[in-house]
Amino acid sequence: MTPMVMMLLFALFVIAVFLGVELINKVPATLHTPLMSGSNAISGITIVGAVLAAGHGGDNTVLTIVGFLAVVLATINVVGGFLVTNRMLAMFKRK
Amino acid sequence: MNAYVIEFAYLVASALFILGIKGLTKPKTAVRGNQLAAMGMLVALVATLTHKEVVSFEWIIAGIVLGAAIGAVLAVKVQMTAMPQMVAALNGFGGGASLFVAWAEFEKATQPVSGVGALLSALNQQSGSVGVETITLVAIGLTVLIGAVTLTGSLVAFAKLQEFVISGKPIGFKGMQVITAALFIFALYAVWAVSQGMHQQALFIGLVAAALLLGLLLVLPIGGADMPVVIALLNSYSGIAASAAGFIMGNTALIVTGALVGASGIILTKIMCKAMNRSLTNVLFGVMGASGPTISDDEVYGGKVKSAGAEEIAMLLESARRVVIVPGFGLAMSQAQHAVRDLADTLEAMGVEVEFAIHPVAGRMPGHMNVLLAEAEISYDKLIEMERINPTFEQTDVAIVIGANDVTNPMAREDKGSPIYGMPILNVDKARTVVVIKRSLSSGFAGLPNPLFAADNTLMLFGDGKKAVLDLIGALKES
Repeated sequence: MTPMVMMLLFALFVIAVFLGVELINKVPATLHTPLMSGSNAISGITIVGAVLAAGHGGDNTVLTIVGFLAVVLATINVVGGFLVTNRMLAMFKRK
Repeated sequence: MNAYVIEFAYLVASALFILGIKGLTKPKTAVRGNQLAAMGMLVALVATLTHKEVVSFEWIIAGIVLGAAIGAVLAVKVQMTAMPQMVAALNGFGGGASLFVAWAEFEKATQPVSGVGALLSALNQQSGSVGVETITLVAIGLTVLIGAVTLTGSLVAFAKLQEFVISGKPIGFKGMQVITAALFIFALYAVWAVSQGMHQQALFIGLVAAALLLGLLLVLPIGGADMPVVIALLNSYSGIAASAAGFIMGNTALIVTGALVGASGIILTKIMCKAMNRSLTNVLFGVMGASGPTISDDEVYGGKVKSAGAEEIAMLLESARRVVIVPGFGLAMSQAQHAVRDLADTLEAMGVEVEFAIHPVAGRMPGHMNVLLAEAEISYDKLIEMERINPTFEQTDVAIVIGANDVTNPMAREDKGSPIYGMPILNVDKARTVVVIKRSLSSGFAGLPNPLFAADNTLMLFGDGKKAVLDLIGALKES
């Protein structure tokens, strides 16, 4: 990765932080718990990196093990996070 | 699939995540928002599965099946009262996933990797698989550091909230802070040294171990009352770890998403700190505000506390026009949310106006009380935030405090020497009559007596929260 690409990625990161601050400041206090579990599920996006590691197909055992562990943990995050958020939000919806 | 198509899919996923969080800004659109975000995740996952570096699927499928089963069981079984523990655990898993992804990238960067996928990727990069740039190694090191701290820190937070193996009390020993600081300095040194190619394997393992230990030592000394801050902060760390992992791989979806989650956690951390009138450093390094001469319980309570029975309080409520219910962590402890809803329904059927006053740090995580009351089907427009409900206490006939303590303590407003002075509180003492439902006069997390309990207009109803509320409903219905 060239330093220039790194700078661009960093710029993307900084802009995303600003966007995040703007968006999240609008979330009402009553939804803060679902916000936490929901954003948690979203941060399970590491599953992308985990899949790339676990599917390398080589004979590096350490890589296979850490890749597998990463997939398991990220999937718990994604599935558990979205499901529990949905469960909570459904309670807010019904009136 | 073509690399550009995959990149485009990541862009679509990022957009769906942003729309998803936007949906969370209103209770009506929140369910849909969550579904959009889940769809984004599916898009990103499917696109990644078509990546040419992914050549074998058995470990991926096994991992996804196992993870999905564990996640689904947790999500379906967890009680709403245990949501803080659940979120703490999920934070930890997120941090752990980033840690292991970074570890895998370290293996790829430093070990001659065999296999078709690696060969293809090596050819594609016009370089061997050994000898990656310093900047990537720095990103790997930082991801390991943040991910590992998030993992073990969250596990300690989980254990404290669940009171599993350890209690919620601060745990520390002499010289703990020195060890913490030393570990942190070593970890930073290891990140730098690994990036310079020095003793890579040994130092990398050292870094992982030091970071895992650091997570434990950082959260152990923090007490149960400060858990809302800690969970919010660890939430932020899990996002930053994902973002850092994105820098390793140059993956835009990870960078954007991690940044959003990181920002979310930081904002919630700030809100929680403000609601407790404490600085973040103050919470993290466990120094409770320097207290002046402490007042003993006897001085505050001595002969001034009046207790009443359910019948007496029911009579009061019958003549009331406006009642405000103030829930606290004690409500969650005694699972009283459904009973409280019945009480509100009974009062409303008698023509009494009922509202709920929600302090930002009531419960053990941001928004905890709202979720509990929503579970009991109490409409969210009856849950009023502190700033809006405080001016109305003077027109309130009866304020019923259930399992809340420090957030109602008038010392925060009046006693300059008090450790909680300056903390914003619910001004329940301004109500005509205050009914406090509590097991005993024991102090709250702050360890202070509460003059509210001895005030002229306060009646104590001693007992378990749920049972006391049920008694009240019974007394109301009898008369």
